Amino acid sequence: MDKLLIDQHISQQYNAVLDDLKTEFLEMGGVVEQQIIDSVKAITKLDIDLAEKVLRVEKSVDEREIALDELCTQVIARRQPTASDLRLVLSISKATRDLERIGDEAKKIAKMAIAMADSDELPHGFNELRNLGRRVQQMVNDILTAFARYDVDVALQVAQEDKAIDQEYETAMRELITYMMEDPRNIGRSMNISWALRALERIGDHAGNIAEHIIYMVKGLDVRHKSMTEIKKEVQR
Amino acid sequence: MSEVLDAAAIVDVVEEPVMVKPSNKVTRADEIGETVGQPFTDSAKMSMRDVNVFYGNKQAIFDVGMDIGKNEVVAMIGPSGCGKSTFLRCLNRMNDTIDICRVSGQLKLEEQDIYNSKLDVVPLRARVGMVFQKPNPFPKSIYDNIAYGPKIHGLATKRSDIDEIVETSLQRAGLWDEVKDRLHQPGTGLSGGQQQRLCIARTIAVNPEVILMDEPCSALDPIATAKIEELIDELSEKFTIAIVTHSMQQAARVSDRTAYFHLGKLVEVNDTEKVFTNPDHELTESYITGRFG
Repeated sequence: MDKLLIDQHISQQYNAVLDDLKTEFLEMGGVVEQQIIDSVKAITKLDIDLAEKVLRVEKSVDEREIALDELCTQVIARRQPTASDLRLVLSISKATRDLERIGDEAKKIAKMAIAMADSDELPHGFNELRNLGRRVQQMVNDILTAFARYDVDVALQVAQEDKAIDQEYETAMRELITYMMEDPRNIGRSMNISWALRALERIGDHAGNIAEHIIYMVKGLDVRHKSMTEIKKEVQR
Repeated sequence: MSEVLDAAAIVDVVEEPVMVKPSNKVTRADEIGETVGQPFTDSAKMSMRDVNVFYGNKQAIFDVGMDIGKNEVVAMIGPSGCGKSTFLRCLNRMNDTIDICRVSGQLKLEEQDIYNSKLDVVPLRARVGMVFQKPNPFPKSIYDNIAYGPKIHGLATKRSDIDEIVETSLQRAGLWDEVKDRLHQPGTGLSGGQQQRLCIARTIAVNPEVILMDEPCSALDPIATAKIEELIDELSEKFTIAIVTHSMQQAARVSDRTAYFHLGKLVEVNDTEKVFTNPDHELTESYITGRFG
């Protein structure tokens, strides 16, 4: 016991399995992030081909979720992880579900894009969609970086951004409602746009959830259902 | 599937170094600081302060201080040679049997100073019983194994009283149904797990206050181990238990608090749940996650 290499498990296989778990999770995150980009582009450009691609890829996202869950189950059954390893596996297991839900939301947007491309109403609300889309896509990108680097500060920023997204969503919705009141012929299209906005807002929520999982993984703190002020106070303690 | 592959390639985070772990390279005992966590309780059955143990010139335990709460199960874990067994053996002066062993510091069983030179160790070891790694029944009948302690400690003289102690002790140790028809056969004829439960029955027959267990399951199969662990849980209602174990899962399963020893120092004591989900000390973390040991 002259030298302790405590950043590595004695079992190389254990190291390898945990590394796999992290890599697979981040890869799934990468796919899901691209799904957001594609679905927002599909709806704002009314690009049916791209929307259909999103629907196809969604199936592979589901497969990745199942594969990751299996991997988590195996680690728990075979390695009985403890402490930071346990928190890593639990966080990945939970965050995977959030990624899968993000994929579902992207699918909804893609379906909306296909529905809208078939109708001949005038486009409106695309700017709001583009803006919100860009912001939530950046959130998902940040949260994956935070996960890869065990970075609680970035996770906190994402959690904060989630609150800002909620506000932007409210504002966009108010504008849409005004627009619908101006001319009832806009209602059909505006409803579709509002569903898409809603999906983006939900993606922000899921990214916020993953931020909480990261805080748990790194700090061992359960910060769910707490205000930003409380969370920051606990994390800095 | 090419769509999926190029999507994955876009996200550069995948390529970045994945894990950034704090690294703490404590290799000498003097680099380990004060015990972290909650080593002390308000309801201490045994309290130890500034305990140092030497084997000749070699120091095995350094300034260990902790409490064992009443009716609590405390697990002591740590790599081989960390001093956990040595410390456990101080608690009923088992180390007295080793000539070169010297113990200093304050060790108390309630208000009784355990290392008071006037103290008779025989009644002390009745109050603080011990179960060893290898089952070591006396080469006598099952009945006599249990009856021996109460007889020499004068807890019972009448045959009927002794019968009762034998029965209740075996019942509490979960062995009665398996041996009631062969009480007068040799204890050594039982299986390993049964022998270990016989030793536990023998220990509780003298009505101790504290039971020390030194790796009580390391020679047993998983079923026998599960029975002993179940027993520990039941016994903790009546007794205070300190257990040294090499199995971290066992510590996690049976104990209320866990103490982590390293190079003769007590690194951390905390609620078991905390130790196994989010320990305070990096050394504890490294040990229980299998990064050394």
